[in-house]
Amino acid sequence: MITRTLYYQTAALGIATILISSIIMLSGASPITVLDSMLSGAFSTPDQIARVFSTLSPLLLCACGLMFTFTAGLYNLGIEGQIVFGAIATMVPIRLLENSLPPALVILLAIAFGTAGGMLWGLFAGILNVYGRINEIFAGLGLNFVADGLALYLIFGPWKRPGVASMSGTEQFGEVLWLPTFGNTEASPVALAIALLALGATLLVLRGTYYGLQLRAVGYNLRAAYVLGVPSVRQLLSAFAICGGLAGVAGALQVLAVFHRLIPSISSHLGYLALLVAMLAGTNLWLLLPIAFFFSALNIGSLQLPLSLNLESSLAGVMQGMLVLAVLLGRGLSETNWLDKISVLRRNV
Amino acid sequence: MNFLGKSPLAAFPLLGRSRILWSALLLGMLAGGCATSTPTANTTSPTAGESPAGTTATTGEPFIVGMVLVGPKNDAGWNQSHYEGMQAVVQQMPNVKFEYIDKVNPADRPNVTGAQVADDLIAKGAKLVIFNSDDFKDDALETAKKHPDIAIIHASGDYAWKEGKNFKNQPNLGNIMARMEYGKMMAGCAAALGTETGKIGYLGALINDETRRYASAAYLGARYCWENYLNRNPDDLEFKVTWIGFWFNIPGKTLDPTKVADDFYNGGYDVVMSGIDTPEAAVQGKKAAAAGKPVKFVHYDYKNGCDLAPDICLGVPYYNWNVPYGEAIQKAMAGTMPNQFVWLAPNWSDINNPQTSMIGFLPGKALGDKKQYIDQLIKGMGDGSINLFTGPLNFQDGTPYLKAGETATDQQIWYLPQLLQGMEGPSQ
Repeated sequence: MITRTLYYQTAALGIATILISSIIMLSGASPITVLDSMLSGAFSTPDQIARVFSTLSPLLLCACGLMFTFTAGLYNLGIEGQIVFGAIATMVPIRLLENSLPPALVILLAIAFGTAGGMLWGLFAGILNVYGRINEIFAGLGLNFVADGLALYLIFGPWKRPGVASMSGTEQFGEVLWLPTFGNTEASPVALAIALLALGATLLVLRGTYYGLQLRAVGYNLRAAYVLGVPSVRQLLSAFAICGGLAGVAGALQVLAVFHRLIPSISSHLGYLALLVAMLAGTNLWLLLPIAFFFSALNIGSLQLPLSLNLESSLAGVMQGMLVLAVLLGRGLSETNWLDKISVLRRNV
Repeated sequence: MNFLGKSPLAAFPLLGRSRILWSALLLGMLAGGCATSTPTANTTSPTAGESPAGTTATTGEPFIVGMVLVGPKNDAGWNQSHYEGMQAVVQQMPNVKFEYIDKVNPADRPNVTGAQVADDLIAKGAKLVIFNSDDFKDDALETAKKHPDIAIIHASGDYAWKEGKNFKNQPNLGNIMARMEYGKMMAGCAAALGTETGKIGYLGALINDETRRYASAAYLGARYCWENYLNRNPDDLEFKVTWIGFWFNIPGKTLDPTKVADDFYNGGYDVVMSGIDTPEAAVQGKKAAAAGKPVKFVHYDYKNGCDLAPDICLGVPYYNWNVPYGEAIQKAMAGTMPNQFVWLAPNWSDINNPQTSMIGFLPGKALGDKKQYIDQLIKGMGDGSINLFTGPLNFQDGTPYLKAGETATDQQIWYLPQLLQGMEGPSQ
């Protein structure tokens, strides 16, 4: 079975490579040059490498969160909104206490608020799903719009820079509140440590605890799990809350480590990217880190496409999407025994 | 732990069930990603980036100039005027190589900041980096601090202005801007000369010092010409500003400038002035005119803007960015850091000279024989007999801005805190 899956996966990756290459060639470039310039765009200067890591942290956090909801059989498309709401909540202690408490304490509070904010937004989607019977995909997407709207309102309204009404964001806060970085780059060891910690905890909880087992049972078959005495509602809501909480931390990192203010697209669409990472990893948690790293590198390296090759940097998104589609397709085909069916048909004829 | 030994998908029962849904969502995301990236689709442009300098570079290393553009380089407005200004510089200075990235804003490039783009440009060898939007003030300062040996120019900012409010003592950071308030006065004058209904709409970007200054200058120009050349009562002139929230349309985040322009044209505002980077006022005006409406527009930023709809164009105030950039590049090549605040007036003896005047004004066809009044205004402003920033002038809320006979200082003009009395629309 394993070899069969492997066989299909390899074929799927091969097909994805061919498709991606043909798209690149259609846009008038060579796939090798594109790959080369993206990799060099991600790894040739310390700044670029640092940026790969500073993207990796929120991406990994979100992907870890999504493992909880996926395990519970849920599609948390509301993760973008959970990042945004986490980022908004992060700004609250910063704005209120920036000048009255020691910076380290403000940063801690900000991360705590961010986590709580994301968790709240996740729970909100969960409540709509469990009690309101609204499919979590639509509840999540709806809440994404609400969180986006709220961020815009704050940026244009109560939190706007003095005398300015622009969607370019709130005033930057003082450098003492920025997370410490490696040298003069953008990568923060604190952010990276938080993300790796979250990955470790995710591995531990989902693989090694009774809670993880219960969550899995809920994911397998909600009704059966309920009948067998698993507190299903609690499990579902907790999955939403954990995922939202981790997304909230990601939002806090976007504010504290990357942008140092609230901007309208504070999530940088990393939530959607994390969905791709999680889908590609499937249940194999060990794959999260390498895939997230690879996707971060593509994301950062893609800036070289307009710079060196005059190509659109959204090509990176096309590549990532293609890859995921192909792998899902490969997985699906490896489970349907259509080859067997055909041979059975042949024999019958 | 035997539950681990299942097939990889076993814990994803829904994944099998709704694979189609997933595929649809993915495709949707991809399509969305592509849709936002259409503006610079014409990458076949022969002037792209590297060719001119690459082929004509004389001996020695080329001097690389990097530019961070907030919007698409072909927006028929602000960004295109910067881009083409640099192309003109490259043509005149073969030893200069131009590298740029456009559309650097959170909507088009979600995970990218201006400072990061500058880092990459500098990594590619740029010795001078230009940020082209007010939006980049923090990025420009951050980059200047991080790379003290690289010359940084922030167009439209004020961090290098010693007499300004926000002076940061950063030796390698300079600012460049044109006294476009003059251009806006000419534009406002053209609008007033062109309107039949006496209602002028101003399609505004975001609200800040710069945009308040320009909208107010446009109003002053409009009122002056309305009163002095058309002999009409200034109280009969309506001047309404609608701000969209950014320099160009960002779907779902800003007001849609297409709709704002339409609302103006349908609401009796027969002249719409553009204060944004993109040409919606022209495009929608052309449509309205084709449908029989007697409407006209005033463009902004880009010299060839009237070509968008020549018959209904009243004129365009525009920038020649090659003038200040060429000079700054020459200085930087000689080793001088651009730590100055450069705020250039037009070359009054010949405002449309592309080599000497940073701003110009090209009157449009729709102005007809009223063009003579614009010439009078330009002449008056050039010889100093007309200064529209002269009191008595009040702010929008009725508080005094300038006393009778008082003329505004540079600071009072640059940091205009409110729109002026007589204008409609929010000030903050």
